[in-house]
Amino acid sequence: MSKAEKKLAIWNAQIITRALVDSCKKLNPITMMKNPVMLVVEVGSVMTTILLLRDIATGAPGIGFALQITLWLWFTVLFANFAEAMAEGRGKAQADNLRKAKTETIAHRLLPNGTTEEVPAPRLRRDDVVVVSAGEFIPGDGEIIEGVASVDESAITGESAPVIREAGGDRSAVTGGTRVLSDQIKIRITSNPGETFIDRMIALVEGAERQKTPNEIALNILLAGLTIVFLLAVVTLQPFAIYSSAPQTIFVLVSLLVCLIPTTIGGLLSAIGIAGMDRLIQHNVLAMSGRAVEAAGDVNTLLLDKTGTITLGNRQAAEFIPLRGVDQSELADAAQLSSLADETPEGRSIVVLAKEKYGLRGRELTAHEAHFIPFTAQTRMSGINYNGREIRKGAVDAIERYVSTNGTPAPKEMREVVERIAKSGGTPLVVAENHRPLGIIYLKDIVKGGMKERFDQLRAMGIRTVMITGDNPLTAAAIAREAGVDDFLAEAKPEDKMALIKREQAEGKLVAMTGDGTNDAPALAQADVGVAMNTGTQAAKEAGNMVDLDSNPTKLIEVVEIGKQLLMTRGALTTFSIANDVAKYFAIIPAMFSTAFPVLNALNIMKLATPQSAILSAVIFNALIIIALIPLALTGVKYRPLSAASLLRRNLLVYGLGGVIVPFIGIKLIDVVIVALGLA
Amino acid sequence: MTLNGWLQILFFFALILAVTKPLGVFMAHVFNRERTWLDPILRPVERLIYRLTGVDETREMRWTEYALAMLLFSGVSMVVLYLIQRMQAWLPFNPQKLANIEPSSAFNTAASFTTNTNWQSYVPEVTMSYLTQMAGLAYHNFVSAAVGIALAIAFIRGIARREQNTLGNFWVDLTRATLWVLLPFCLVGALLLVSQGVVQNFKPYDTAKLIDPQGQVTEQVIAQGPVASQEAIKMWGTNGGGFFNANSSHPFENPTPFSNLLEMFAIFAISAGLTYTLGKMTGAQKHGWAVFAAMALLFWIGIATAYWAEAKGNPILSGADQVASATQSGGNMEGKEVRFGIANSALFATITTNASCGAVNSMHDSFTPLGGLVPLANIMLSEVIFGGVGAGLYGILIYVVLAVFIAGLMVGRTPEYLGKKIEAYDVKMAMLNLLIFPLTILVFAAISSVSPDFGTSQLNNAGPHGLSEILYAFSSGTGNNGSAFAGISANTYWYNTTIGVAMLFGRFLMIIPMLALAGNLGRKKTVPPSLGTFPVTTPLFTTLLVSVIIIVGALTFFPALSLGPIVEHLLMQAGQTF
Repeated sequence: MSKAEKKLAIWNAQIITRALVDSCKKLNPITMMKNPVMLVVEVGSVMTTILLLRDIATGAPGIGFALQITLWLWFTVLFANFAEAMAEGRGKAQADNLRKAKTETIAHRLLPNGTTEEVPAPRLRRDDVVVVSAGEFIPGDGEIIEGVASVDESAITGESAPVIREAGGDRSAVTGGTRVLSDQIKIRITSNPGETFIDRMIALVEGAERQKTPNEIALNILLAGLTIVFLLAVVTLQPFAIYSSAPQTIFVLVSLLVCLIPTTIGGLLSAIGIAGMDRLIQHNVLAMSGRAVEAAGDVNTLLLDKTGTITLGNRQAAEFIPLRGVDQSELADAAQLSSLADETPEGRSIVVLAKEKYGLRGRELTAHEAHFIPFTAQTRMSGINYNGREIRKGAVDAIERYVSTNGTPAPKEMREVVERIAKSGGTPLVVAENHRPLGIIYLKDIVKGGMKERFDQLRAMGIRTVMITGDNPLTAAAIAREAGVDDFLAEAKPEDKMALIKREQAEGKLVAMTGDGTNDAPALAQADVGVAMNTGTQAAKEAGNMVDLDSNPTKLIEVVEIGKQLLMTRGALTTFSIANDVAKYFAIIPAMFSTAFPVLNALNIMKLATPQSAILSAVIFNALIIIALIPLALTGVKYRPLSAASLLRRNLLVYGLGGVIVPFIGIKLIDVVIVALGLA
Repeated sequence: MTLNGWLQILFFFALILAVTKPLGVFMAHVFNRERTWLDPILRPVERLIYRLTGVDETREMRWTEYALAMLLFSGVSMVVLYLIQRMQAWLPFNPQKLANIEPSSAFNTAASFTTNTNWQSYVPEVTMSYLTQMAGLAYHNFVSAAVGIALAIAFIRGIARREQNTLGNFWVDLTRATLWVLLPFCLVGALLLVSQGVVQNFKPYDTAKLIDPQGQVTEQVIAQGPVASQEAIKMWGTNGGGFFNANSSHPFENPTPFSNLLEMFAIFAISAGLTYTLGKMTGAQKHGWAVFAAMALLFWIGIATAYWAEAKGNPILSGADQVASATQSGGNMEGKEVRFGIANSALFATITTNASCGAVNSMHDSFTPLGGLVPLANIMLSEVIFGGVGAGLYGILIYVVLAVFIAGLMVGRTPEYLGKKIEAYDVKMAMLNLLIFPLTILVFAAISSVSPDFGTSQLNNAGPHGLSEILYAFSSGTGNNGSAFAGISANTYWYNTTIGVAMLFGRFLMIIPMLALAGNLGRKKTVPPSLGTFPVTTPLFTTLLVSVIIIVGALTFFPALSLGPIVEHLLMQAGQTF
């Protein structure tokens, strides 16, 4: 499944066919109970159908009009069901793809005596240990307890490049349904059948577990309230009409009611919610609840880890700065030697810089001639003992201590260079040989392209970005300035992150963050939106309320945008729906009473042909607008990084004023067409 | 329409604009219990009241307790008023020897004055003794207005407070609203009215010999009484119940153009000031002005329409000279006082229905259909255009919550009102509040309009005008306005009871969800404002708020109105009146 395939076309034939069937199934009144607005339409349709049958039986006049009204009322319900079915259908199509990944596999369960037995994957329970070899599917979600392997996770991420998974550390989690490509690993299963990641994913995309989100519930209350108001207005209109000697038929009254109640938003509301989740999934982000998606729209503060989010993965060696009296090539040679065994990206970049700039080839050193000194938290240095040379590199404090053991203090020049580098946002790494300082390696953070613009956009929306880094405050400040974030937290420990989140939340703000390590888990759980990286530990994935399958921390920004888009779409269609009512009044009220009071034709400003054509046009418009707005509901209103004030101005103009004007034009056009067709 | 007319309207509005800030600041001080210049006199009185009643003024109440105290207080006061009416013949201050009042009328009046409605289905000067007027009605004029102010302050506190469970102390707010706000204003107001010739005495009615006897009728009874004191609170408290049946068109209630201006000013002043208090107490002064601007805009739409319709007159009266000139007002003068003319009658009618006052200086029943539509529509918008003291503010704040919720989503966030997230519970309470109004008006009016025995038989006019009269009666009751379209004989068992119930629904059933909303808002955290915050201080917000008020009101009542004043207007254009 490639990424391109994941983006489904809106009008996908297969989805439409399934949606058409589903929209009829959804007519079941018990299903309709969830949507009070459309339930009222359905009840109205049943009423007109019964009256229509009575009229046909008694041969009453005006069957044509009654029949058309009844049909279009049913269409209104069906169109709303269709919208929901379309949104669900897109999810189901994705779920089908996921199910393919859930092939029945045979697991090799490890027995206490060290041998394995073959059991079908669904019989695995939590805390079972299984052995998976190259070429086999991983039978369930779990954690590697022994070994390292490359794993093909394309079934869930769509990314074909294999990833490395290993025991211990932050890359130990594996997902059921993915495939081991090389090596053999021992996995402790962490979920029971039916509760695995893929199961949850399928349930999520299918909408089976979908619960109404807080804002959706609030909106539903508003819509139900408005429906009751209009029910009152229409039900009491009949007595007033009788007083005025102009009683109305049930067909007309039901038409008026259906046109007034907010069917447009009522019919599209659940589709908007499902489509919002769907958009996240298309970005390879899994939200564990709709609530989290809404919260993403409300986020006030984004906590972004510097490394990997704001800057390119790791620092790169950019320059060797020798101290006075030291030759540059001497420094380069020592730096390269000290880094040969250093497998960190920084270490490798030092070897590469020495090679590129000074032509020093990487040397193969065997253990007998060289003794590597690994980095420890105590010494805070690493290095090599080689041919009587003792080369060390590390943070300035550590090297100063190392140098001073020889009795001579480090030169002042060293401190100066170090501070200069730190101030400009770089990381200084001091190199010393046999207790003599040689010079400084300038490690530079590379800020990702385009980040400044994105932060500017976020700022325009009123979202504050805070960079989290383990760097010292000086370095952090420089990078923060270069990247354009609003604030930074330097020398951050996991508990500092937690404290920052709590502080922000105490001010009433909503906080979003990403994380992957087990030590991120408490903060991920505390944050309002916690996006765990799929490469992260099981603990992190369970603590967060979203999982990014691509493990791309920058995606937090997209998550926020999708959340906002979801809320904006709801608001826009609600406003549009209510604004539509103005035109419908001008169509229906004069049509209802122009027989009793011909003067009321003055209100027929659209100059609709006949009372019947006017009412029919309004009902048809009301039904067709649902279909017309399905694409908007599914794709969401276009998101723009603007301040709330300008967004409001824009959207009020488009959906508020537009909502007043569009139906005037639409109803008039429909009236012209049905008159031309001789339907009324 | 004349320039002079427009200038008078403009002058009135400028006065209101000028006092909004000083009154608002003053009320913020009073309800924040900060020092005011009246403290040396009133603070000892206040302390004495608390000592006598055992109120602990430092004790704060949750919304439920606040609501309970308010209901208890209103309930007991209502029963007392009912009993006074039922026993007035045996009580003092009754020089005219007026009889006890029959139960349905007494219930109606008790409900009416408790709810700040002051709907009067009786003729006061031949029904109510001086004691009933003063101890029964005027007392309620004070306390029902004070309750309204207290509730508005409680609502403001709900918005302003963060993570707190309480909304203030009802008894303290009630006392301070009466002592600091209503009493001083009314004292000054009453004296100014007396200076204009409004009577204030306990004398029996005068009898005057007619200079020009009309057949059998040779003398006229001239009613007297403690009018000025009651007139002042009738306006300041947006009560509207007249001492006399003719209300503010009676020369003893409203003798001069100056007294007329004074009365109109008193109707709006406190409500306008409360918008500033809202801004001050929530720390969002611009929001207070945005709310004021929304009210002002709706006021101007109403007065412009009413003045235009009344000045244009009736096209059917082709023979009559309806052109304004130096010697006559022109336009539709039926039911209007010559000393007020078209502009001041249209203005008074607009103001009294913008606010839930209900005092009248002209007969709304005699307005042209569109001119009469303005008062009716004002009430149907639930009187949030400055509105009743307190009630207008908390009424418009419910619309603010709805406007923020509907349009707030469009900025891509859970809607926030001054940092408070508007969630399901808040929307539920706002919608409950919103539902009571159409439910009460439309259902009672619908039953009345198809019931010849007790409903339509009381109408004095047929056709659309009759429907307008029914709609107006229930709107006025539910909206706690109290003005009458007249033309309907409402002192019957059916109307006394249903309008009485409508008044109680329109007051208390709307207050309870409102207080629940306030209590819930007060418990919430406040999200600090940022660029992403929904703006509630801009002209755009004002436009949005006005649109929501008009659309919600219009969508609810347009079908009914189209069969009442709208079709009546169109028929008048075609040469038919009712």
